[in-house]
Amino acid sequence: MSEELSSPSEEYGRRRFLAGIVAVVGGAVALIVGLPAIGYIISPGVKRQSAEQWYPLGPIAGLTPGEPTGFPYSYRVQDGWEEIAVTGTAYAVTQDGVNVTVFSDVCTHLSCRVAWKQDRDVFFCPCHDGTFNAAGEVVGGPPPRPLDQFESRVENGTIEILLGA
Amino acid sequence: MRVAEMPSAEPGRVESVFRWLDERLGLTTIYNTTLARYVPKTNWLYTLGSASTILVILQVITGMLLTIYYVPTPDHAYDSIQYIMNEVSFGWLIRGIHHWGATLLVLTVFLHMLRTFFVGAYKFPRELTWLTGVGLLAVVMLLGFSGYLLPWNQRAYWATQVGTSIIGAVPAVGPLLLRIARGGDEIGAVTLARFFGLHIWWLPIALLGIIGVHIYLVIRIGITAPPERDE
Repeated sequence: MSEELSSPSEEYGRRRFLAGIVAVVGGAVALIVGLPAIGYIISPGVKRQSAEQWYPLGPIAGLTPGEPTGFPYSYRVQDGWEEIAVTGTAYAVTQDGVNVTVFSDVCTHLSCRVAWKQDRDVFFCPCHDGTFNAAGEVVGGPPPRPLDQFESRVENGTIEILLGA
Repeated sequence: MRVAEMPSAEPGRVESVFRWLDERLGLTTIYNTTLARYVPKTNWLYTLGSASTILVILQVITGMLLTIYYVPTPDHAYDSIQYIMNEVSFGWLIRGIHHWGATLLVLTVFLHMLRTFFVGAYKFPRELTWLTGVGLLAVVMLLGFSGYLLPWNQRAYWATQVGTSIIGAVPAVGPLLLRIARGGDEIGAVTLARFFGLHIWWLPIALLGIIGVHIYLVIRIGITAPPERDE
């Protein structure tokens, strides 16, 4: 190759210069696609699509102290490009008629739905016989932790829970 | 590349790692045969092949990114693209690159073919380079056509209506071919699904495979110089 060249060092200088240009342009293209691609991939995981909302369950006056009462709830959330309904039952329980605790009916073991069994005084999960008492604490079976609670408040005598949080 | 010739006393850490890899992978040999080739004196038109290759790589990467959100059913195709454009971070950019890259790819591939034709580079011994190039042009056109339906908007629907109707003009077997292309009498869910499968599996793999043969031939036989005036 070198016999064609007037000066080998000049050729190497040009070769290095061109290699540098290719590297810079190639690197720029890779960055322009690569960096946005990271945001593109992680974006549904870090962006919240649905706003929080306070959902009214019912009057606190309807509760029997010490007795969990189930309130069905349903609200619409954005699931990607679809709007879907999320439904469930929230169990409200009060001891003094003023302060309310609202439990989710999702079992903390494997996410089956629990139901309050009045005759046994427990929340019963039909999947693996998990039981919780009226304070949400585990009484028996495999659940690893107490029932989850909704953030709740009482507005003008109506129990409200925070959904989409 | 000159590493082997230099009896340097103390190789640096990077250099010793490179030497270790080179000895086992033959990196220098790969570099010398693929990139440090003898190339005749050419002009900028000879870069169209490389430009097409770069665009194909971009199309593959942005296309793979698009499949993360795109859903090829009549119920979701349009909405999932709206989601990409409006909700996903940089979704507009990724789809934009794929959209405009496709148009640009058809252009560079076509110009690449014209250059090859006008300098007579298709002649012996490069007939197979030319023939695989013709195959690549066909695959690129089919990729463009199948991808055009996927947004599932009015333009996509009616363009595919017209495009597939052309197949129906074939004598005798035309109506049958049309039904096979559409997967039924009308453009619908089956059409969208098969165009999607064609667009993301069959055609890209065919494209990359033929590109491999094409580039192998370019490396093996080399490229031509532009013909002299008196030739």
